[in-house]
Amino acid sequence: MRCAVFKNMVLQSLKNCLWLSCVLRTPKACFWSTASGGLIIQSVSNDVYQNLAVEDWIHDHMDLEKQQVLFLWRNSPAVVIGRHQNPWQECNLRLLRQKNIKLARRRSGGGTVYHDLGNVNLTFFTTRKKYERMENLKLVVKALKALRPQLDVHVTDRYDILLDRQYKISGTAAKLGRTSAYHHCTLLCNADKFVLSSVLKSPFKGLKSNATPSVPALVKNLFEEDPSLTSEMLLDAIAKEYAVQHQIDHHITLINPADETLLPGISDKTNELQTWEWVYGKTPKFSVSTCLNMVYKDSILDVKVNMDVKHGRIEVCNIDLPEQWLPPGLYSELVKSLTGSKFCPNETTTLVTTLLRVCPQDDELHTRWSLLCENIIRLM
Amino acid sequence: MLFSGSSKKIISKFYSFELLEVCIHRVRSCSSIRFIKSKYVCVFDKSALKFSHQQRLFRTSAVSCGQIVQFKLSDIGEGITEVTVKEWYIKEGDTVSQFDSICEVQSDKASVTITSRYDGVIRKLHYSIDDIAFVGKPLVDIEIDASKGVASEEDVVETPPMSHEEHTHQEIKGHKTLATPAVRRLAMENNIKLSEVVGTGKDNRILKEDILNYLAKQTGAILPPSPKAEIAPPQRKAEAVPAAPKDKARKIPVPVSRPIAFAGKDKTEPVTGFQKAMVKTMSAALKIPHFGYSDEIDLTQLVQLREELKPLAEIRGVKLSFMPFFIKAASLGLLQYPILNASLDENCQNVTYKASHNIGVAMDTEQGLIVPNVKNVQVCSVFDIAVELNRLQSLGSAGQLGTSDLTGGTFTLSNIGTIGGTYAKPVILPPEVAIGALGKIQALPRFNSKGEVFKAQIMNVSWSADHRIIDGATMARFSNLWKSYLENPASMLLDLK
Repeated sequence: MRCAVFKNMVLQSLKNCLWLSCVLRTPKACFWSTASGGLIIQSVSNDVYQNLAVEDWIHDHMDLEKQQVLFLWRNSPAVVIGRHQNPWQECNLRLLRQKNIKLARRRSGGGTVYHDLGNVNLTFFTTRKKYERMENLKLVVKALKALRPQLDVHVTDRYDILLDRQYKISGTAAKLGRTSAYHHCTLLCNADKFVLSSVLKSPFKGLKSNATPSVPALVKNLFEEDPSLTSEMLLDAIAKEYAVQHQIDHHITLINPADETLLPGISDKTNELQTWEWVYGKTPKFSVSTCLNMVYKDSILDVKVNMDVKHGRIEVCNIDLPEQWLPPGLYSELVKSLTGSKFCPNETTTLVTTLLRVCPQDDELHTRWSLLCENIIRLM
Repeated sequence: MLFSGSSKKIISKFYSFELLEVCIHRVRSCSSIRFIKSKYVCVFDKSALKFSHQQRLFRTSAVSCGQIVQFKLSDIGEGITEVTVKEWYIKEGDTVSQFDSICEVQSDKASVTITSRYDGVIRKLHYSIDDIAFVGKPLVDIEIDASKGVASEEDVVETPPMSHEEHTHQEIKGHKTLATPAVRRLAMENNIKLSEVVGTGKDNRILKEDILNYLAKQTGAILPPSPKAEIAPPQRKAEAVPAAPKDKARKIPVPVSRPIAFAGKDKTEPVTGFQKAMVKTMSAALKIPHFGYSDEIDLTQLVQLREELKPLAEIRGVKLSFMPFFIKAASLGLLQYPILNASLDENCQNVTYKASHNIGVAMDTEQGLIVPNVKNVQVCSVFDIAVELNRLQSLGSAGQLGTSDLTGGTFTLSNIGTIGGTYAKPVILPPEVAIGALGKIQALPRFNSKGEVFKAQIMNVSWSADHRIIDGATMARFSNLWKSYLENPASMLLDLK
């Protein structure tokens, strides 16, 4: 909703609140120039959903004509997939669940990244007309070089930043709306490379999809190049360079993404980003074609499974079982239940355990059923 | 640059004339206009300059039926000429308003939301998902109302030919009123003076919502909303468990009303997922002839005992609620009345007495009701049960319960009292034969053996059992035994195995 009165009100309260709560990042007098051509803000939260919601909020509500915005943020461990990607294809969901790493889908395009506190995120907000990714990345490189002149960093034409000509330290994505746009990128300072490589490897086989694939790259932390570097230093250096280029004060204003008065409607945005319908349901249509190798009573059963998944729900389901392995009635119940339900282990577990209640209480049958269902659930 | 300021204005008029589709002012700003420039430069020749009268004439003779306009994909920037269509937000036949989102396209790590320039009905989508779309080529065909043609004429009459930007300005009484042609038409149709409407858009532009609000105030009627208007749903709150001594660590969501449009249309959805599971279970449960039996338990002593034991459990890293006591007491009772831990086969020919006491605990999650069970309670201590409950509860709230946790139950307890209520009529979960629903613990006055009134912690229990194999007397005796263990927890010590 674009409402000039509303926006002015919000910006005014933003200015008021921030002025009161601003934390000095530079040894300068604390004042905020309202006539500036730019604004640098940093999130106090490490919650990936809250931070993504701030991006949405700025994109939807702020007038970027007079003032461009640089948003600095970091997240606790999370995997962030692009708008049109397939989480099953991009990461190891089981590992994510085990390690309690969050999964988020952002609104911009591009590939999958792993965030933790050793990774800094930068978002450049401009009007649609002023959308210019190369300039932003050059700014980042300039800032890095100013901080550590010996760093061999440069921008590729794929909008990556490479260290030593071979290691990727930054990936880029962008979102364009009707009048505003944003370009955000990551920057690896001291992220956990071990976790990064293990969660971004999907064990999924037999997945066919037109979702945007990620391009895997060799990564390196800036910390490995120069152990004296910290995320804080990087954020500061980039803010400084942004301030110089936009001719504004090198002043970083902290914002709290949970503040509803400052950012009205932000909690709705945060909640939406966490719904199953957004994170999983927005996956482009894909099909699963795989073979379950089930070990049953000293023999291995090959069970072919084919599923079409649309909006995260199973549209079509085919399980190729040996005849009479399960009573036909039960088999058709299984297929009927799975069709239309979420391609999600939790939902499938509930469904299959319920079905077990209403079938004959036979141990042999239960064993077979559990074996089959557990294998199917493992796919999700 | 081919197109200077004044030409731009002329072109904008052309644009609002609905002949041209490409966003012309993009051409001005785009540094690499090679593609577009070559295509359109020929259009803007000198003949374009002498049109104001011609234009009016043309408008007067506008078509009387809906005019189909080809909405072309506008320039993305950075010299991009092709994008991939990733998602459609509309389908053929949908009505769209200006600025509604039409589709999402992707190009080289950038996701772009394409919004509509017109009000109208979508008549044709030129691409399917995953197709490559070209900048400057038609994206969708939109049918615009005939009346728009009429409105545009009005615009020409009212507005001086000079001042054109993307939106038409209006100079009335010295006020500049910004409004798009669509909004003007709406105002005109409803005999509203734009000068009287408060604009809430950018630069005080008057939006369609403003006209509708103005109308609503005038007529006091509730108007049908624009496609995007919705009442924001009340926030889903995870309520903390009430301060009653039953200390459950579960979050209980407040029932949320779904967003309802003003028009109050019925909404039909297929039954899927958890609901499907419930339908199956309950339909099967219906076949069991239920009978109920209820009673009141004085938990005063148990409340005290739990208070003493809670810190001990916490030291061991476990949250101790009342459930472990209820579950253990039930298991002790089942040892005496094993028929309640049995299962009747489909033909009601055989009763199977289950050796394990796998006591299920009904759990309310965000998605719905699930019943994980604690296995082999007959060999577990109260503390063991507490540990297992903690594990099941955390898995349950994370949505990560496994099949083994959810199968094999033989008897169920449902602690509906954490939400509220006293007496209930629980439904047996097949293939079990009995279930108990526990109400909330309330402080109530009761008489003791001396005839004095004292404050008692009272909880109600409601049992349901399968009347085909269980009779009232058995249920009553089991309940009494269970009750005696809980009213006098020390007596549990005698029978603990």
